[in-house]
Amino acid sequence: MEAAELLGNSGNLKRRKVINIIMLTLSVISALAAIIPLVYIFFYTAAAGISSINLDFFTELPKPVGEPGGGIANAIIGSIEIVGIGAAFGIPVGLLAGIYVAEYSKTMVANLVKFVTDVLSGIPSIIVGIFAYGVIVLQSKNFSAFAGGFALGILMIPTVTRMTEEMLKLVPLSLREASLALGIPRWKTTLRIVLRTASGGIITGILLAIARAAGETAPLLFTSFGNSFWAESLDSPTASLPVQIFNYAISPYEEWHNKAWAGAFVLITLVFVISLIVRIITKNKFHQSV
Amino acid sequence: MNEDITEIIKEPLNIDTVAAPHHVKPEKSVIAVGTKNLTVWFNERKGIEDINIDIKKDTVTAIIGPSGCGKSTFLRALNFMHDLTPGARVTGELNILGRNINDYNGVEIRKKVGMVFQKPNPFPTMSIYDNVISGLKLNGRYKKDFYDETVESSLVQAGLWSEVKDRLKVSAYNLSGGQQQRLCIARTLAVKPEIILMDEPTSALDPISTGSIENAIHDLKKKFTIIIVTHNMQQAARVSDHTAYFYLGKLIEHSKTSTVFTKPKEKLTEEYITGKFG
Amino acid sequence: MYLFRKKENIELKEIKSKTHITDLLFEKTTLLFALLIIFLVFWIIYEMYKDSEASRQMFGWGFITSPEWEPVKEKFGALTFVYGTVVSSLIALAIALPVSLGIAVFLSELAPQIIKTTLSFLIEILAAIPSIVFGFWGIFVLAPFMRNVVQPFLESALGFIPFFSGTKIGFGLLTSGIVLAIMIIPIISSISRDVLKTIPQAQREAAYALGATRWEAIKMALLNAKSGILGATVLGLGRAVGETMAVTMVIGNRAQIKLSWFEPAYSMASVIANEFAEASGKLHLSALIEVGLVLFAVTFVINSMARLLIYSTTKKMTVK
Repeated sequence: MEAAELLGNSGNLKRRKVINIIMLTLSVISALAAIIPLVYIFFYTAAAGISSINLDFFTELPKPVGEPGGGIANAIIGSIEIVGIGAAFGIPVGLLAGIYVAEYSKTMVANLVKFVTDVLSGIPSIIVGIFAYGVIVLQSKNFSAFAGGFALGILMIPTVTRMTEEMLKLVPLSLREASLALGIPRWKTTLRIVLRTASGGIITGILLAIARAAGETAPLLFTSFGNSFWAESLDSPTASLPVQIFNYAISPYEEWHNKAWAGAFVLITLVFVISLIVRIITKNKFHQSV
Repeated sequence: MNEDITEIIKEPLNIDTVAAPHHVKPEKSVIAVGTKNLTVWFNERKGIEDINIDIKKDTVTAIIGPSGCGKSTFLRALNFMHDLTPGARVTGELNILGRNINDYNGVEIRKKVGMVFQKPNPFPTMSIYDNVISGLKLNGRYKKDFYDETVESSLVQAGLWSEVKDRLKVSAYNLSGGQQQRLCIARTLAVKPEIILMDEPTSALDPISTGSIENAIHDLKKKFTIIIVTHNMQQAARVSDHTAYFYLGKLIEHSKTSTVFTKPKEKLTEEYITGKFG
Repeated sequence: MYLFRKKENIELKEIKSKTHITDLLFEKTTLLFALLIIFLVFWIIYEMYKDSEASRQMFGWGFITSPEWEPVKEKFGALTFVYGTVVSSLIALAIALPVSLGIAVFLSELAPQIIKTTLSFLIEILAAIPSIVFGFWGIFVLAPFMRNVVQPFLESALGFIPFFSGTKIGFGLLTSGIVLAIMIIPIISSISRDVLKTIPQAQREAAYALGATRWEAIKMALLNAKSGILGATVLGLGRAVGETMAVTMVIGNRAQIKLSWFEPAYSMASVIANEFAEASGKLHLSALIEVGLVLFAVTFVINSMARLLIYSTTKKMTVK
């Protein structure tokens, strides 16, 4: 029906053929258009940043403006600490909640959790920052790696939960039955058979969550804050790579800009490598199941 | 020497129980599975209704009937597999190996009542070796020697040993469908169950693989009670001692296989056997 | 009567496996963590509501309609930020939607397998680039380019439209709209592609059988997938509205409402990012949190709508 109407409205054949070619070309052009900024950003960042990348960059503290050299070692270590705290909190929660949603999916709670997870994944990250500020920074009266990690952990949860749920649901029921029929209890079946079978995909989800968290800036601005030196402890203001890039990028100093480009290059490379690993894992997974 | 003697003692016993006339109520200990008014509900619908059946130890019982007659539903009630089905409920009385099933929990019963499924389902992340010992390993710790012995004896019993003994460490997914199914049988045997349920174990396989599985069943019936669901009547006739015919969720007839296939008591059975429907 | 009852009793005696205690424990543990997520979301809402109380008491609904934001005078109104967020997001959507549809069509209908996987991968990476990098690139590459090339060109060509005239400084609504567009193209295009894939091949074949050109067959698939595509678009809008760093770096951060898209503006997320850590007093902080609350409410409504739209299309198609 619809097709007939469409054809009726479309005038003569020659015109229709021209439209066909124009639209298909536009489609190809838009595909190219999406790649241009990606390639541009990648190579521009690489070109601008690579000259500042050397051993000092990874091992030295930042130097004041005017003094040559120095690095952002404190920001790199700080990022690792903050993301690590986030992962230690966000991954177990996401994983176990994902198991619940997938394995007990008929319950009302499971559906509610699914919806709420979607809500959580749509909350702007800066709002999670406000939340972490309210419940940790305000209470402890200082900025800290804990507060930043707490915020990043919350941001990791939805990715891990959704990925766990989807991957567990891909594991065929027949494997669960096979395991139960051997007299293996359900919890062991879930942990040792189902989770193990889905492990590739779940690791992918975890890596993605980590990669995303590592690049988050907004929720760290007023939780872990920043620091030009080594943080005294996890309970004090801590530098992080993205916040450092931000502070350098909006500064008026050329050499800081160069450092920021180098930091951005490190971040992009991290994202690129993780995406590549994820691709390889999921591709193998796909081959195995086919 | 000793082995020979036990063999000799065992044999006549088996023949006795198999040959016992149907109307004589057998002793309790020789009944592997006994049900009274066994009914499986899927929400408000009955999957099978009021099944009363006694299945003797160390025999092969075939369950036949047209699709949707409740064969698999019955089988899955025997080891609590309906736990996994949302909305399923089982009522009535069920005795396994002389004890009421309510005395066991799901894990205990499934160790005694193993199950082989329609489609081969080895664990994809494990090697052949690990697949066989998976039931043991996930339920406790044993010595490596014990694992080695179990792997060999189970694979021998399942008729797969000679084909895989040189590559026990490769992934189970490298095996053919028929080999995978025999691996699943070996995996079930390793837990040392007393009853083995088989849910159309050859329906996804080619004739040659089917043949080797039927051979395995033939050897296994000396030591295990086997209940096999099949839609293939020739297979039922080939492998089983007893046959039960299910129709529309009810048990129509249950007696010796030769009787069911040559002179069935019920008209419905005869119509099915002779291919009038189904 | 007696007999009847007895029969009932036998029938209803349920056989049930005893629950394994560890199984129960495991289920309840996972349930606990699932509930933790729900609790967390409610906690976030509660916390923001509580912490914005001072500002809500002081300004009431006028908070949203007042354009005045003067921390020194303790006067706070969020209208300029709402305006900046809405306009920059809509500009982003206007650019991203056609491009994303083109990509989706290319990926689902036209591209050969190898190009399909490569392009999908590249778009995945584009989605994973941290927003701080987009913002940085925006400051040093896009903004000068806008100032020197795009804005002069737009003014000469379309200067009669008030959007495209004014001081050309490179930072402003249009620039942030473009950066946002780049950032939301991956999500709109990949969900649209997934939705298009659920449209049965038979429909396209039917169109070809009636003599349709390739584009006409695709157009029909697009029309059938429209609510799913709308969902993807709305989801992209949600992303744009909540995006913080990239916008903060290119929008110019000036609290004003001007018709021209070349002019600097300010967004809800940006004002929080810029002023939160150095808020001048309790009321200022409270007002910033209220901006966050408004932002949360907006993204919540947008995302819920998007999920419903996507869910309805994919479900309808799989049932067919």
